[in-house]
Amino acid sequence: MKQVVQVRLQRYWDIRAAGNFSFGGTGSGLILASALGFLIGVPSVLAVATGLGLIGLGLFCVWLEIGRPWRAINVFFNPRTSWMTREAMLVPPLMAAGAAAVVFDIRFVLLAALFAAGFLYCQARMLHASRGIPAWCQKETVPLILSTGLAEGTGLFLVIAGAPPAMVATACGIAILRELVRELYRRGLVKANAPAGTLAWFSWREEKLLTAARWLAIVLLAAALAGWNTAALGGLLAVATGWGLKGMMITRAAHTRGHVITHTPARGRDPSHVVIPS
Amino acid sequence: MTRYVMVADLRRCVGCQACTAACKEANGTPIGVQWRRVLDIEVGEFPDVKRVYVPTGCQHCEDPPCMHVCPTTATKQRPDGIVTIDYDLCIGCAYCAVACPYEARYRVDHPRFAFGEEPSVSEQARFDEKKIGVATKCTFCVDRIDGGCAKGLTPGVDPDATPVCVNTCISGALAFGDIDDPDSNVSKLLAENKWFRMHEEVGTAPGFYYLWDKEAPL
Repeated sequence: MKQVVQVRLQRYWDIRAAGNFSFGGTGSGLILASALGFLIGVPSVLAVATGLGLIGLGLFCVWLEIGRPWRAINVFFNPRTSWMTREAMLVPPLMAAGAAAVVFDIRFVLLAALFAAGFLYCQARMLHASRGIPAWCQKETVPLILSTGLAEGTGLFLVIAGAPPAMVATACGIAILRELVRELYRRGLVKANAPAGTLAWFSWREEKLLTAARWLAIVLLAAALAGWNTAALGGLLAVATGWGLKGMMITRAAHTRGHVITHTPARGRDPSHVVIPS
Repeated sequence: MTRYVMVADLRRCVGCQACTAACKEANGTPIGVQWRRVLDIEVGEFPDVKRVYVPTGCQHCEDPPCMHVCPTTATKQRPDGIVTIDYDLCIGCAYCAVACPYEARYRVDHPRFAFGEEPSVSEQARFDEKKIGVATKCTFCVDRIDGGCAKGLTPGVDPDATPVCVNTCISGALAFGDIDDPDSNVSKLLAENKWFRMHEEVGTAPGFYYLWDKEAPL
């Protein structure tokens, strides 16, 4: 017998939580891009400062969301198993190294980039550890969040610090990588029989527009490589589409698993039946 | 060792929601919050359709994802398997709520009452400011268990040491006890009947068992 599984859209994490993943992802990606920029001879203090500001803004969004904001310090209590704690623990050294890069010596951006990479990875693992939400605990979630953060960061670097060919090529490559990972993620969800509401995400008009915008970003970045003056616009689109992707993933595609039974109970002369979720 | 679990006999549950009402009365949960719920699930296709009543709530998993993700260590697992929340530590981030595959956790950000702005007398008596803005869920009536055990009573056998939902069940569908004790009521029920646990594929090893048929005789 078939069971139509009743799932619901989670409402605990709203646009404020999405803000953390969007701003934090872009900020950490931007600091990583700034480190690359430093290595290829395009150091940018402004990019590092913007990255730190975005991470701070993302954390402020989370602070607005939690039910007991005045005891937020407790977030540091469980580094043993919680990716949220680990993310929070990386913030002080990241901010310190980033501030040192801004105030004292841009070379500190290399140290900040190490912490930023950890921060972005923690964000990805945070979503992946949410076993109640199939759209998040999919194994492809980790590379999707990582590639999205990097695409946003390199894209924003092009806007802030100019467009050296090596950075444009990197941004373009990562934007393509993000698109490939996003497709793998979609296929993974289909294969895992994710809730219909989650799978419907890929046929929404907004998602189709976002997909078109992501491809447009790739085209603009490729055009910039060919000498056109489109790097900044392509980078900006890479950022905006990343935010859109994560916003939808967190607030609109995050359906629960529902309650599933495997057998109907035997009652009287009516035997039990195997139940197949649909 | 002791490992407390709940057993729900789906053959017996009639969906009366007495367990839900008893839980709300005992724990003073606000409107919209049901630590013990009874789902009314429809399976099959017309004309071969069946309704199944499924009591649910926190499954007190052996490997609780809510505890692992909790950044504050507010969610803990006792040696007897009961998963608890320290309301003084919880920051209300709701990470546990999205990590729970059983939709068993709640967060209420503002006091809500059944009959308007002001609480009724019973609501006022049970109102607990500590539960506002933090995660809450079924505790297996841990205070009753601990209080009962202190008096030498046996959880699952003596009503004063047993969760109120089990005590209230009109059809005997709910049972509670120590699965590590081979002579306990729950161990016998699981040995004599076929059962499943919900979302086994997630790997949480829930402590909530659903009976659906008799074991075939040897």
